[in-house]
Amino acid sequence: MLSQADRPGDGGKKPAAHAPSAGRRDRQPGWVQGLRQIYNSVLEEPLPPSFDSLLKKLDEENGGQG
Amino acid sequence: MAGRGNTVHNPPSSFDGFQQELVTLLPQLRAFARSLCGNREQADDLVQEAAVRAWSARSSFTPGTSMRAWTFTILRNTYFSDLRRQKRQDSLASEDVRDWVPPEQEGHIHIADVERALARLNADRRAALLLVTTGDFSYAEAAEICGCPIGTLRSRVSRARRDLEMMLDGTMPAEQK
Repeated sequence: MLSQADRPGDGGKKPAAHAPSAGRRDRQPGWVQGLRQIYNSVLEEPLPPSFDSLLKKLDEENGGQG
Repeated sequence: MAGRGNTVHNPPSSFDGFQQELVTLLPQLRAFARSLCGNREQADDLVQEAAVRAWSARSSFTPGTSMRAWTFTILRNTYFSDLRRQKRQDSLASEDVRDWVPPEQEGHIHIADVERALARLNADRRAALLLVTTGDFSYAEAAEICGCPIGTLRSRVSRARRDLEMMLDGTMPAEQK
């Protein structure tokens, strides 16, 4: 079974929590916060129209098998 | 398995549940792919290719395991397959490191500089770093996703971290192994 382990950005010594506390985030190097900012900015975007055909395909094929 | 946004999933009782969960994971896959590729269009193409592969392979998904880790694995593998096909991974990494221009402002990290530095990391190191930072996977989970021993994963993360820090603080040497 997989276990949680240390992570970069916190010295690699703390067991990981699912959501780092605000205190841990404050101690992270700037580039880690930069990576999270990039990641979160994409998370907040709506799916672009280019995904419409994929979603349609999933709906159609799921309907065919569902 | 666990991780932020990686809740313990009940096994899909039908392909309908699988489909819903796959769609729910698309934003996370897009976010991972964006940092992995450094390019919006390429990342979205990659996510769609990975999603189609996941859908096609849905019967091989093991209920009760993490669909998030499973789909991230497919996306990561798809990315590296594309890289190998394009035969550009090594040349990109070495050329980009040589061409690295340190950030102008010291003491303050800009997102654009982080993106530039991330794009210049060795692809294996970049993937490993992203999985354990923004992906919030444990080292063991990330190693499983990357298909490598945990020691290798740790080494990749450590080197990625070192390389990023050296690029961002302007101490990146002219050549890097």
